[in-house]
Amino acid sequence: MRLEEWIRNGPVLADGAWGTELQRRGLEPGACPDQWNLIRSEAVAEVARSYVKAGSRVILTNTFRANAIALTGYGLGAEAAAMNRAGAAISREAAAGHVLVAGSIGPTGKMLLLGETTEQEALRAFAQQAQALAEGGVDALLVETMSDLAEAKLALAAARQTGLPVIVSFVFDSGKEKDRTMMGVTPEQAAREIVEAGADAVGANCGLGIAGYVPICRRLRQATPLPVWIKPNAGLPELVGGELVYRTTPAEFAAFVPALVEAGATFIGGCCGTTPDFIRAASQALAAISSKAGA
Amino acid sequence: MSELHDAILEGDAKAAVVAAEQALQAGADPLDLVQSHMVPAMDEVGRRFECEEYFVPELLLAARAMKGALALIRPRLAAGGAEPSARVVIGTVKGDLHDIGKNIVASMLEGGGFEVIDLGADVPPEKFVAAVKEKSADLVCLSALLTVTMLSMKTTIEALRAAGVREQVKVLVGGAPVTQHFADQIGADGYGENAAAAVRLARRLVAAA
Repeated sequence: MRLEEWIRNGPVLADGAWGTELQRRGLEPGACPDQWNLIRSEAVAEVARSYVKAGSRVILTNTFRANAIALTGYGLGAEAAAMNRAGAAISREAAAGHVLVAGSIGPTGKMLLLGETTEQEALRAFAQQAQALAEGGVDALLVETMSDLAEAKLALAAARQTGLPVIVSFVFDSGKEKDRTMMGVTPEQAAREIVEAGADAVGANCGLGIAGYVPICRRLRQATPLPVWIKPNAGLPELVGGELVYRTTPAEFAAFVPALVEAGATFIGGCCGTTPDFIRAASQALAAISSKAGA
Repeated sequence: MSELHDAILEGDAKAAVVAAEQALQAGADPLDLVQSHMVPAMDEVGRRFECEEYFVPELLLAARAMKGALALIRPRLAAGGAEPSARVVIGTVKGDLHDIGKNIVASMLEGGGFEVIDLGADVPPEKFVAAVKEKSADLVCLSALLTVTMLSMKTTIEALRAAGVREQVKVLVGGAPVTQHFADQIGADGYGENAAAAVRLARRLVAAA
């Protein structure tokens, strides 16, 4: 299905964070969340179902790190394809044909510019992951949390080989105005170059709290007619009594939803620290907007 | 010799090495080359980074050019009996495999004239302690990308304290989720928002020590 059809009836709610949700279910800090697709699949399925239940109309797969290069750091490089197929199957089952599944493809974690990995190696890893996600039956692919345009383009090229729609999302968390990626890419440059390279939608995720996303969303919207994907964090965590706490509440998060819609967001969800409660609150905010529009 | 300065500033490693070779052949003092031309070039790189004229790619290319020229000059420095610079132990804390930020800071510290001992990623507290003891380091730099591994910074600082070496080093922390507030809470000596700030802070802490 083309992405345009997904958003025919207005902004579409995506899901919230997976890593923090898996930690609540016992994932050790520093352990590989993607491996749970193989060894604790029921816990992963619970997270997927919790987002469907909260009102997500697009859910992701628990495969953010499941490229052979990133997995090698965990000593799990050989399991990349299996983890992706399993991740796709888990999300598809939770979606049960009612919501869409976008396969998550994150960065390699290695810097091309420093020669830590090569273009060929990265392309191979992304192609293997995209292929396995497609085999697992995802509806689209999401290349996310990118800061290097060159790496994003390699992932996009690999993802496009599957014939599925591809969304490419960047993390704008650098510079004085926090409107650049770590590699210095602006929203305009990201949108222009990634659309030219054949993406079906462009977006921003992770990094900042939701307030900073309104201007970034507007700039992406102005730079491209394509759908805009927006997934902010629940702010930055603080240490409270020896534990890390995200200070942004679901209500505070949802309060920004109208501004994001106004700024042109077509997909809205949450990144690190957001939970099904955030998605429920955002769902109510979206419903309020559409009932106002209908009245 | 401004060729050497400019080659580093422009991130041209080949030109930097050629310029360093020519300067040495022409009889330039190696220590003066570093102090009057190369370090100022890296300072300018840091300034441009903080003004948003430069971003991480330019930073990395400049650090690479600096490293290339330094490799050529360092043996002459040692032969001339020059003082070794301050020693930094750096690593990504236990549980965190993300080392891009740490690698950028390590390159910039090296470019800034520090001796860098890079312990890599996912480094347990006891390894930091051992490195501080063995290398008699002046600074310890801790990096974390993940919110879930930030607390390993706290345990690392506690381990340095328990081993009785906390007072002999300054501890700097950094990484995407880290804030000044968090650094204060866990008892670090400083927080660097980016690589250029980290180098500046490292210099200040060493000078104050």
